[in-house]
Amino acid sequence: MAREDVFREQVKKVYRLLMLILVFSVLTGGVLVYFTVNPGFLDFNQTTAELVEVPVEVDEDLIENGIHVRTGLVEADGLMEVVNNCTACHSAKIVTQNRMSAERWNATIKWMQETQNLWDLGGNQEIIVNYLVTNYPPSAKGRRMVLTDIEWYELKD
Amino acid sequence: MKRREFVKKATLSSFTALIGAELVFGSKMLEGYKPLALQDPDPFKMFNKNPEMVVLNDKPWNIEAQAHLLDDKITPNSCMFIRNNGFVPEGIDPNSWTLTIDGESVVREKTYTLAELKSKFQHHTYQLTLECGGNGRSEFDPPAKGNQWTVGAVHCASWTGVRLKDVLEDAGIKSSAVYIGYHAVDKHLSGDPKKEPISRGCPMSKALQDETLLAFQMNGKDIPLVHGHPLRLVAGGWPASVSGKWVDRISIRNKVHDGTKMTGTAYRVPCEPVAPGEKVKDEDMCIIESMPVKSLITYPKTGAMINKGKALKIRGHAWAGELEVAKMEYSIDFGSTWTECSVEKPANRLAWQHFSANVEFPKSGYYEVWARATDSNGISQPMLLPGWNPKGYLNNACHRIAVKVK
Repeated sequence: MAREDVFREQVKKVYRLLMLILVFSVLTGGVLVYFTVNPGFLDFNQTTAELVEVPVEVDEDLIENGIHVRTGLVEADGLMEVVNNCTACHSAKIVTQNRMSAERWNATIKWMQETQNLWDLGGNQEIIVNYLVTNYPPSAKGRRMVLTDIEWYELKD
Repeated sequence: MKRREFVKKATLSSFTALIGAELVFGSKMLEGYKPLALQDPDPFKMFNKNPEMVVLNDKPWNIEAQAHLLDDKITPNSCMFIRNNGFVPEGIDPNSWTLTIDGESVVREKTYTLAELKSKFQHHTYQLTLECGGNGRSEFDPPAKGNQWTVGAVHCASWTGVRLKDVLEDAGIKSSAVYIGYHAVDKHLSGDPKKEPISRGCPMSKALQDETLLAFQMNGKDIPLVHGHPLRLVAGGWPASVSGKWVDRISIRNKVHDGTKMTGTAYRVPCEPVAPGEKVKDEDMCIIESMPVKSLITYPKTGAMINKGKALKIRGHAWAGELEVAKMEYSIDFGSTWTECSVEKPANRLAWQHFSANVEFPKSGYYEVWARATDSNGISQPMLLPGWNPKGYLNNACHRIAVKVK
């Protein structure tokens, strides 16, 4: 066997070993993470398959053109407080669709705390509400809006 | 190959292998666990929706149609709005699905398998109009809280199932019965298993109507998962939230059902009219029952340009909650004059009705075609927004499309 082949064989062996270690450590890591999140899964009465959550590397807080990409929220003071407290349970879309005064946002937060398992926001509440009323203010619509955003097209029969 | 790149590729491929393995065991997945592949999915593919549908919310999924997508007489799945309050359930097995009838006012608590429901009770098919109570919410000023529906949270599909009445009577209804409340298997957004995302219902009088169904088919096929497979309560003409999806239990209550979104301000409007923006106490809010008279111009799509001297064919649908639409009119002069047009009889009670007209324009220019329906009690759609209410329900203002004549 040529020296080169022997070397190649050795590299392959090392590689296989490394892969084995890698797969094993990912599995163990995954199981540990899963166990932390779901302590009940080692309950042997359950017959569910063992699950491994594989972390996917994405920049969760990437900001492009002033927009927080993951949530679509505008980059401004208080952004991360909103992201961390308001998008865990529901989409940011329900936040930005709603245009309210500080008073109504505070009432909405109180309602979420009373009925939807929202936690105490502490000092973040003011930061969050300020972010919302500053960046997503209500606009007057009157009793009926003019028709806007019409895409004109030739109607052919 | 550079060593670092090689390792990176190898790592990635082992990840892929792991993900692949996960999906193979998908059927054994823990409840509430979302596979990675479904965390950022394409809702149009996942729910078989027309790409022109508009996503208002992705957690939970709330998707609406545009007026021109609703042109079919019977709405196909592709253009039906989606309104969810929690997570769409996973791993539903129709073979093991059961429905339990219980509550204070049931004579004997009873559980039926889906097969028993289908074999024991007669099947009925009705076209039923389901409109979200908050359809049109986006127009209220001051803005009302919730998903900002425009016009597309309504549909009229053909539903097949058994009468709720037949099932309730089989279990037995005590004279103390007042209301029914449904319970379903969807999960609360907070992940709290003790919380129900929604559990609404209706008075016994509505529950016992012939058209109130426990449906297992929509448009002749199994109900799509996102619309309630394998069993959905369908109560046409009332806020669509009464038509509970994924229903596995119905309680016959001796009081007004007090499940999630029955109380507080949910699906309620002020018992007495209030000024825009006025605060209303919970006890002064009344549950919405029948939806108000309304109509949609579904053809042509807004923005049509036509040549002078050419008549414009318009068509659409009109509905009136528990009632029938008695008259349909359109205006091309911002409501100054109205022209009556033909409206068909409903296919069955609580189905929407189809109208059509040939509209002529006196000269070139910008026009809006407004549609106005009148119900069998003589009540018409308003041209401006109807009474403001804190949650922005029941906006039945005239639908308008823009037209240019050249």
